[in-house]
Amino acid sequence: MDLEDTKEEADYRASVRAFLDANAEPRSRSAAPARFYQVNEDRLKIAKAWQAKKAAAGFAGIRWPTEWGGQGLSAIHDVIYQQEEGKYAVPKGVFEIGLGMCIPTMMAFASKEQLERYTGPALRGEEIWCQLFSEPHGGSDLAGLRTRAVKDGDDWVINGQKIWTSGAHLSDYGILVTRTDPNVPKHKGLTMFFIDMHAPGVEVRPIHQMSGASHFNEVFFTDLRIPDAQRLGEVGDGWKVALTTLMNERLAVGDEPRPDIDDLFAFAQKFERNGKPAIKDPVVRDRIADWYAKSKGIEATRYRTFTRLSRGATPGPEASIGRVVNAMKQQEMARFALEMMGAGGMVSDPSVSQNGGEFQLSLLSSPGARIAGGTSEILRNIIAERVLGLPGDVRVDKDMAFKDVPSGRG
Amino acid sequence: MNFEFSDETQEIAGQGRRFLAGKDCLKTVRASLSGGEGSDAALWREMADLGWAGAAIPEEYGGHGIGYEALCAIAEELGRSLAPVPFAATNLAAEALLRTGSEEQKQAWLPKIAAGEATGTLALSEGNGPISEDAVTVRYADGKLTGTKWPVAHGATADFAVVVARDPDGRIVQVLAELGDGVTRTKLDSIDASRPQARLDFDGAPAALLQSNEDPWDATLSVIDRAAIITAFEEVGGAQACLDMAVDYAKTRYAFGRPIGSNQAIKHKLADVFVALELARSNAMMGALGLLSGEQDLSLAAATARVSSIQAFVTASSENIQTHGGIGFTWEADPQLFYRRANALALGLGSQDFWKDRLISALERRHAA
Repeated sequence: MDLEDTKEEADYRASVRAFLDANAEPRSRSAAPARFYQVNEDRLKIAKAWQAKKAAAGFAGIRWPTEWGGQGLSAIHDVIYQQEEGKYAVPKGVFEIGLGMCIPTMMAFASKEQLERYTGPALRGEEIWCQLFSEPHGGSDLAGLRTRAVKDGDDWVINGQKIWTSGAHLSDYGILVTRTDPNVPKHKGLTMFFIDMHAPGVEVRPIHQMSGASHFNEVFFTDLRIPDAQRLGEVGDGWKVALTTLMNERLAVGDEPRPDIDDLFAFAQKFERNGKPAIKDPVVRDRIADWYAKSKGIEATRYRTFTRLSRGATPGPEASIGRVVNAMKQQEMARFALEMMGAGGMVSDPSVSQNGGEFQLSLLSSPGARIAGGTSEILRNIIAERVLGLPGDVRVDKDMAFKDVPSGRG
Repeated sequence: MNFEFSDETQEIAGQGRRFLAGKDCLKTVRASLSGGEGSDAALWREMADLGWAGAAIPEEYGGHGIGYEALCAIAEELGRSLAPVPFAATNLAAEALLRTGSEEQKQAWLPKIAAGEATGTLALSEGNGPISEDAVTVRYADGKLTGTKWPVAHGATADFAVVVARDPDGRIVQVLAELGDGVTRTKLDSIDASRPQARLDFDGAPAALLQSNEDPWDATLSVIDRAAIITAFEEVGGAQACLDMAVDYAKTRYAFGRPIGSNQAIKHKLADVFVALELARSNAMMGALGLLSGEQDLSLAAATARVSSIQAFVTASSENIQTHGGIGFTWEADPQLFYRRANALALGLGSQDFWKDRLISALERRHAA
């Protein structure tokens, strides 16, 4: 039992490091954490240039087949690359959904000509993709989505709305799941397409989050017309196609959201209460020990996952563990840091706030972590059903035509 | 990355599971509630024949030297089955002897432990309160012990004890006492009778000093760190058994015309138990890695494993009862046996407050370095 790379993994890691050393600067822990999708034109240029460099050096599309410019390597290679890249100050986040989810879906369902057209520009960072799945009426219940696609000659005409679409405001293309038949049960009437995000009839509006940031968007479709050739999979098979996409959810390699447990520990050592460092207070020790044990537990659980990947297994639903624990822990830690500061904890103004207001920001951004990419409740359902084998919930809409499914507030 | 028990260890664990499944340990545990022995001496000798008693004892002392990894895997199986044997206490005493015993002391006891002919224990606590140097009052002078220790795990049946005491100058010492002349042993009722506790009154009982290069209190804590990692595996095994029972019940028990496990209230509860268990298992394995690599200061890894495993087993055993509903609260049903064991293990080797403080102290030392 050890945490060492195999010989082959170690060689690969060395080649990754050599590439990063030659092309990027190490990231300091005190540097401001990267804010995904908070990119302006200049930063987008830098991100695209970095992706092109990775592609040229053979560190993009690590798990893609070589046929489409990928490296044909396994999940553990991808993990090793991400672990190492995380130590450098390089842009990240912008291309993940396209390369990790959209294009792999295209590979399963698009034509050879289409793949020849789209895989290269995506790999080199020239074109950005987004995933148009969630809707105001189809979030946790994704199959409850309502965006309509209606056949018109050789075209489809699309009307409706998507929401929570990460990076839509930067994207050139997207994969879109729609309802093509409301007269059959909800899972059976869906069809997947890919679309040009710059086409007439597509409007992107950023969502202003309670934390002040804007990572997501609403996307509106008004008489968007696309050729049938942009259909992915059979008409009515959209659910199956969507599952292919979701199977490719990104592996968490270890970047816990900041401020993390080390930040909180450092803060408790530095911050004085009652004339002594807060860490000397038994209550503070008790709480921080709890979160430390959880953080380390997640880290070590990840090592077990990597071990399975290293032996050729595919990641399973147990990857949800980290997200369930981290989301709540982040919120609790932020709240506790503010409690330590007492009334001063309200103040986020960097002129006086301890730690530059990062715990206040975390307090306001952490509620999102319990919702984005699958709520903690949905993740618990997944663990219960797919890991523990508990039976599914009663589904009142399973055999009902979608148009007859009750919709509450409309 | 190779963060998993070896094939050989998994085989030992599999054999252990099959062996224990055939022993109906729960029956013995249940009998202990009505005044039975509490510990199954015959079962322990059989386990010794399988090499479990001497798993981590080197061959030069009659052990099997198969190492800590196997010991951890065995502990998990014992935890899963609730096996009523003096494994943890004897292992703790053997570990103390290995670290601080003279050649003669090791030769006198370790081969007997490995053969299942002798069991040992650690006598540290003196009544209520956390593990603390200040709490030690038992006196050791002129080769004799005076004072009272309680609770002592398996103290009524152990053949010897490693006793933490004070010398006439008030310094902490570790001594080895054969539990015979000059010792009055009184069995104490406890929440888990299958891990029986006793009170030991020493009245001039003969004992021999255990020598250590380390400060004797630090040496005691080092041994406890090691035991905490082994115990974490027992707790992981117990928590897994509770989760398995609860999941099985939730799938087969129907209410309102459907399995109760199809309700999110039950699903989410058991998903949380699963998450706590996986974190505990992972932290226990990091502890095992520390044991295997021969690290001297295991306090951080041990405390991390201990905190997680206490939480996992206590939660799993408690939610197992809750998932079973009223039947889970009955004397005849099995969930109570795990609930008793979970809470006994959570208290027996330093409770959460002790380990959380130890964890933070270790972090402080690391940051100061």
